[in-house]
Amino acid sequence: MSQSTQVRKIDVETIRQDFPILGREVNGYPLVYFDNAATAQTPKQVMDAIVDYYSNYNANIHRGVHALSQEATDKYEQARIKIQQHFNAEHAHEIIMTSGTTHGINLVANGFTSLLKSGDEILVSAMEHHSNIVPWQMLAEKTGAKLKVIPMNEKGELILDEYRKLISDRTKLVFVNHVSNALGTVNPIKEIIDIAHKAGAAVLIDGAQASPHIKADVQELDVDFYVVSAHKMCGPTGVGILYGKQEWLEKLPPYQGGGEMIATVSFEKTTYAGLPHKFEAGTPNICGGIAFGAALDYMNSIGLEEIASYEDELLQYATSRLKEIDGMKIYGEAAQKTAVISFNVEGLHPYDIGTLLDKMGIAVRTGHHCAQPVMDFFKIPGTVRASFAFYNTKEEIDTFMEALKKALMMLQ
Amino acid sequence: MTIQEKQNEVIDEFAMFDDWMQRYEYMIELGKSLPLIDEKYKIEENLIKGCQSKVWVHAELDGERLLFTADSDAIITKGIVAILIRVFSDQHPSQIIEANTQFIDEIGLKEHLSPTRANGLVSMIKQLKMYALAYQTQLN
Repeated sequence: MSQSTQVRKIDVETIRQDFPILGREVNGYPLVYFDNAATAQTPKQVMDAIVDYYSNYNANIHRGVHALSQEATDKYEQARIKIQQHFNAEHAHEIIMTSGTTHGINLVANGFTSLLKSGDEILVSAMEHHSNIVPWQMLAEKTGAKLKVIPMNEKGELILDEYRKLISDRTKLVFVNHVSNALGTVNPIKEIIDIAHKAGAAVLIDGAQASPHIKADVQELDVDFYVVSAHKMCGPTGVGILYGKQEWLEKLPPYQGGGEMIATVSFEKTTYAGLPHKFEAGTPNICGGIAFGAALDYMNSIGLEEIASYEDELLQYATSRLKEIDGMKIYGEAAQKTAVISFNVEGLHPYDIGTLLDKMGIAVRTGHHCAQPVMDFFKIPGTVRASFAFYNTKEEIDTFMEALKKALMMLQ
Repeated sequence: MTIQEKQNEVIDEFAMFDDWMQRYEYMIELGKSLPLIDEKYKIEENLIKGCQSKVWVHAELDGERLLFTADSDAIITKGIVAILIRVFSDQHPSQIIEANTQFIDEIGLKEHLSPTRANGLVSMIKQLKMYALAYQTQLN
């Protein structure tokens, strides 16, 4: 993200007090947590919301006549409205509560089974997480639609000219991540959406990696579907949302059958509930939804723009420090990046580097990051990935660098 | 030497180290110094795919003893592979089937044999035992 001089500086030392886990030790060393792209840590404010729910108003929601059920329903629906406002959706019922990004993608992919036919085409980008590839492959197998890939360049940027060539009136759906989990690339989704819409195709954007850094305005983007996981945004795991334009959500059939999602049930015929309940079968993750709302409040109290600006400082600092190392190769050098650095050191396996860093209390991710096509593109088995959050510091990057140098000395 | 004796030997060796760094340096040394497998056996059929690192295992019978050679693309995994080969190779299949890997816990490398680690080692041990079982049947 580009730095802005107008953006208010965040107070990292105060923020760190909100995250008890940052005070712990790992293997005898103070924890340095650089695996934020996998999951973000949870602030006390979110933990308090969880404890408050179970301490004071734990009950099943909707249709309960008693006070606890009413309170839980109110809080849950308030969370939906917070989420709606955060992403600037037109209606609260366009926010479908899910178990996370993967669930949201599968819901849409399943819905398109009845809307696609043989000869139709669907487009995916070359830098997707497996969760934004496999559901579409399954859809293609079921319908006979053809899956095509938008290629990327060596910097890890999508080649839009190729995208323009691929898209045609046969294209029904395009699905691309807002930010790549393996490379940190911020994709030009507005342009991608506009090009798709001109050809009459719908667009799903996987916002899992973007949501902790960039506030997506779904109306401004004019996106058809946008999916997110709460745990990337300081919320709990097992909860997320699918934003869908009302017209699309009405068009798609229900995903799962069960309670909550019906209007009337008889053995002859069942009629489905309206939005959003049509897609919310069964008792939802009530506490998770409420805690997601608390997480959004927390992040907005700091400000996503402020967060992005500070994280960009960390990214620039870490990138320049990593370049001190001989044989360093950074994957993903797009002009627009979030605070993710994927790298390898010549001749060394990422697993070895990650293992030794862990022995020194540093949490990074190693491997293919569930994006094997990206690794195949660069012809590598995997990378070491350090990903930063707004509660990380330059001092932690220095600690990481010392540990990395020690690890390299041991391995080389 | 029996498997148990070899395991005790490894435990004694690791007891000399004071901290994790010495243990890992030793493992990296083992990983670097040993030619563990003939290149011709580093083939797809002998490959155990872990999410994090790959392991190749080859087995052949020498009389009544089963010989293992193996390799990995990650050096720390290879160090542990070297220890496992040292303990399990050149033994009667029946001994290999019965052996356990408790000694890995005792030398402080337990985390590397966690199934969630996906480095190929858990599958490798399973594979060693499968070979032992197959050759045991052949010997009978």
